[in-house]
Amino acid sequence: MSHHQLDARRLLCPLPVIRTQNCAKKLNPGDTLEVTCTDPGAESDIPAWCRINGHKLLEVRHDEAQDELVITLEVGEE
Amino acid sequence: MTKQRKAVALISGGLDSLLAAKAMLEQGIHVEGINFYTGFCVEGHTHAIRKKDKEKPKRNNALWSAEQLGIKLHIIDVIEEYKDVLINPKHGYGANMNPCLDCKCFMVSKAREWAEENGFDFIITGEVIGQRPMSQRRETMNIVSRESGAGDILVRPLCAKNLPATLPETEGWISREKMYDFNGRSRKPQMALATEFDFKEYAQPAGGCCFLTDESYSKKLVDLWDARSSREYEMDDIMLLKVGRHIRPKPHFKLIVGREDGENRFMDGYRKQFDNFTTVSCPGPLVLIDGEMQAEDVELAARLAARFSKDKNSDSVTVCLHRRDGTEQEFTVTPLRNEEIPEAWSI
Repeated sequence: MSHHQLDARRLLCPLPVIRTQNCAKKLNPGDTLEVTCTDPGAESDIPAWCRINGHKLLEVRHDEAQDELVITLEVGEE
Repeated sequence: MTKQRKAVALISGGLDSLLAAKAMLEQGIHVEGINFYTGFCVEGHTHAIRKKDKEKPKRNNALWSAEQLGIKLHIIDVIEEYKDVLINPKHGYGANMNPCLDCKCFMVSKAREWAEENGFDFIITGEVIGQRPMSQRRETMNIVSRESGAGDILVRPLCAKNLPATLPETEGWISREKMYDFNGRSRKPQMALATEFDFKEYAQPAGGCCFLTDESYSKKLVDLWDARSSREYEMDDIMLLKVGRHIRPKPHFKLIVGREDGENRFMDGYRKQFDNFTTVSCPGPLVLIDGEMQAEDVELAARLAARFSKDKNSDSVTVCLHRRDGTEQEFTVTPLRNEEIPEAWSI
């Protein structure tokens, strides 16, 4: 199990979802992925993408100071 | 034991693709969705930029559709490959810069490639004969099947009864009788079917899901191409066409003026790539300069930038020009009056 980070700042949806999807494909089940976004649309899109594709949403955190959204998920089985 | 057949459904996020996929699920087909991001999808850009857009639900309708259907969705970035579709459309453009028929051929072709790579048997779209003037006519249905290379593995469940039988039908994987004969622009049959499938809520796109069908956006795109004498574009170009007021006082440069805080914040990320003006003596928008100003253009640009500041009616406003090389220069200018700005400058 390993932890990974993805910088999706300044990308507008659906690009944060696409980058998350492409990154998750390269990881193993159980790995965690922390995605940093600035598009508020990611707050609904990445969790929806997790539900659809069998990944586990661990945390959605707002970094008010940076005006960023940090979403952490656990990669599921394909 | 009968082999479980698999279909990939083009999911736009609209009602038709939702119903088409559902019709195949009802026939016991394993369906997964595919959605292509061209860079021009209305879905994508609009959430984060303008304040008025923030009030709309922040959801991606393709993801939402997939969730309603209980299927996986694969979102594919086709920004680079799509450039050739937009720049050289074999079948031409629609009312604006929308190459709808070429776009449909391209997307079905990409879905076919994906299906082959992933062991899927056929492709589903939500097309309906007569639904759209350019890309959904009987003759164009044949063109899409042929030019995409999908041929008889392309199934349009909503109007299948009006079309020749496809391979999944002749092979008995799906029943023709359980598909539909929708035809024309009326949405009533789709709404009735949505009720039958118990979909209580669905996206009702008005004016399409692509910026290229938008007249104002298309004008800005053509202006950009004309000014550069080239039809090449980058992602940043097409994003910035969606943002701000665009004013071209000279062929070799234009101003992109933030219209409100959300746009100013978004444009702020481009300040290292573009010379830009900010207002010093009063509140004002961020103004990006796309192109190269000559020395004699700077005062005109500064006066134009000042025109959009809070003190636009005063005799003097101080603005600061921030160059990409890091240098800064302040100018105190008289804002241009409305009557000094020819209509032709507005793109």
